[in-house]
Amino acid sequence: MEQRIAVVVSTVLGVFLLAVFVLAARSAGGAGTAEEITAGAARWRRRALWGLTILFVPTIAYSLTRMPYPVAGQTAAVTVLATGHQWAWSIAPDTVPAGTLVEIRVTGADVNHGFGIYDASGRLVTQAQAMPGYTNVIRYTFPSPGMYRILCLEYCGLGHHTMASQLVVTAER
Amino acid sequence: MTISDTSDHRARELDTAYAPPAASVGGQGVVTTYTAITAVVLALLMLFGLAMRASQAGVISLPPNRFYQLLTAHGIGMVAISGLGGAAVMWYFLSRYVPLSRGILLANLACFLAGVVLVLGAVFLGGFAAAWTFLFPLPAHSLGVWGTGATAAYLTGVLLVGVGFLLLYLDTGRGIIRTYGSLGKALGWPQAFGGSSAASPPPTVVASTVVTIINIPAIAIGAVILAISLINALAPEFRVNALLAKNLTYFFGHVFINSTIYMSVIGVYEILPTFTGRPWKSTRPFLIAWTATMLMVLAVYPHHLFMDYANPRWASVLGQIVSYTSGLPVLGVTAVATLANVYRSGMKWSVTSALLFVSIAGWSVGVIPAIVDGTIAINRVMHNTLWVPGHFHMYLLLGVAAMQFGFMYFLTAAKGAADGVVDRAALWAYMAAGAAFSIVFLAAGAMSVPRRWAVHEASWMGLDRLGAAFALVTVAAVLVFVVTFLRRVRTVGA
Repeated sequence: MEQRIAVVVSTVLGVFLLAVFVLAARSAGGAGTAEEITAGAARWRRRALWGLTILFVPTIAYSLTRMPYPVAGQTAAVTVLATGHQWAWSIAPDTVPAGTLVEIRVTGADVNHGFGIYDASGRLVTQAQAMPGYTNVIRYTFPSPGMYRILCLEYCGLGHHTMASQLVVTAER
Repeated sequence: MTISDTSDHRARELDTAYAPPAASVGGQGVVTTYTAITAVVLALLMLFGLAMRASQAGVISLPPNRFYQLLTAHGIGMVAISGLGGAAVMWYFLSRYVPLSRGILLANLACFLAGVVLVLGAVFLGGFAAAWTFLFPLPAHSLGVWGTGATAAYLTGVLLVGVGFLLLYLDTGRGIIRTYGSLGKALGWPQAFGGSSAASPPPTVVASTVVTIINIPAIAIGAVILAISLINALAPEFRVNALLAKNLTYFFGHVFINSTIYMSVIGVYEILPTFTGRPWKSTRPFLIAWTATMLMVLAVYPHHLFMDYANPRWASVLGQIVSYTSGLPVLGVTAVATLANVYRSGMKWSVTSALLFVSIAGWSVGVIPAIVDGTIAINRVMHNTLWVPGHFHMYLLLGVAAMQFGFMYFLTAAKGAADGVVDRAALWAYMAAGAAFSIVFLAAGAMSVPRRWAVHEASWMGLDRLGAAFALVTVAAVLVFVVTFLRRVRTVGA
């Protein structure tokens, strides 16, 4: 879902901006007075400012309600401890139920790693950094049972690309 | 658009009502040297990038240790060379308004070259491969892949490069204060906020002042984390908080790489008006925008740490809000002014003007996926995927690098060199392939392909092959730019 939003927003706004630049480039050979253009530019600058304000304020406000950080009062049915080592994950337990809030406590034993959870279709569903000296808490409800892959998402040295593991998600209890 | 192809056209392009202040005398040869080094190193580092994409695509086979060495050299090299190229643009034009020291310019180059020798030795002889971010405590934790000597050489090399830039910014600050009385006056604060009707400082001075103000603390913070990492490598019992270290690294890195845009865009402010005949003015919105960006760029770096849940929540919220707003003031006024500068100006296109115009388009478009990724809820599934190199290649390759290639063409065109058919073909190839190369990265990021992986899975390799093909065309175009510049410098000078 989030990936789709990112692609659609980037494509629509990117194509729009590109079109504006192409139109300006194609008009460059024409003639216009600097005063006339300057007045027009000031008008467009004001419009752009208002347009972005109207776009950004609700977007920021809404998206801040969707932050992945744990909130007080939530109780997870299962707690998983995940530790990144150069270059392997230790995950216990490695089986969790679907449809129930799961807490994954992520840390790094040596250097920074990234704990990325991929669903069966290869789509990244959530992640947190695995840092030495800190525990980052992911609270996530797996929507469906299956094999979820864990890939390292922070460069951690020669074996970075080999740091893969898995989490088995079973049917709801 | 059409690109003019005769020297007659070129003469008419430059024969406009607007002419920038005369160039200052000393230091122009050093600027040419800076620019030539930038050209060669950019091409070399792009070849490294091509090799990495080709290896991920399975077209060639790089051993993982070699891949990560190239990754490290490509990353730190691009940050540093973008800084050097940007410094050349800034110095060239700022020296027309304020007195600058040629000796300091040379000292920066000496520090840069010494630092580069150490970094290259650390990477390719010592095997150092902790990426440009050298996230603490990775430099000292290679599991035997590289040694303490390589770590020390790398960190000392980067430190030396930083010392050179620090000297340069102290000198630009000195020159600006000497001419304008204070940094606030050079930012145009009396005109922006005090109701003064005196002439505003020119755009070059405003942008240079902002770069000077933001980069001095950035380099100082960078020196702190470099020193910490160096001591940790030599005396492992000395450790610091990994989260603090990450904050220091990204503050330094984010501010410095942004400043490469702000230095290079000075070329657009100064050169584009020579084609359109419309001088770039320091209007009140322009002055306010630069001050706003100066403040916000210092506060935006927490967006690199959204997935560090332990970082203070307020810092992440601030990081998202400022991500949406930080780049926009300067980009907004620059983009609108660029469009207005060109629109119905009667100008004829050349490779110089086209590269500068494209650089603002690349910067503008590239910022969109960056802002999208600066949204915490989306960053959760995009952070450290190939979406990230997708957006930054768009505004660095088609933004900063295009500004610097445009400056190269300007330097020699001013001495009478004319664009040829190969230059124009390279321009189109660079625009098309550079954009496609960046878009392929974005597409791979949307497919959740992780970043900085030496070996890719088979299902990712289709996009990798496309990326490698577009990278090949981009590098070929850049080689044309670089060879043209070096050949012109030899024949007509710069």
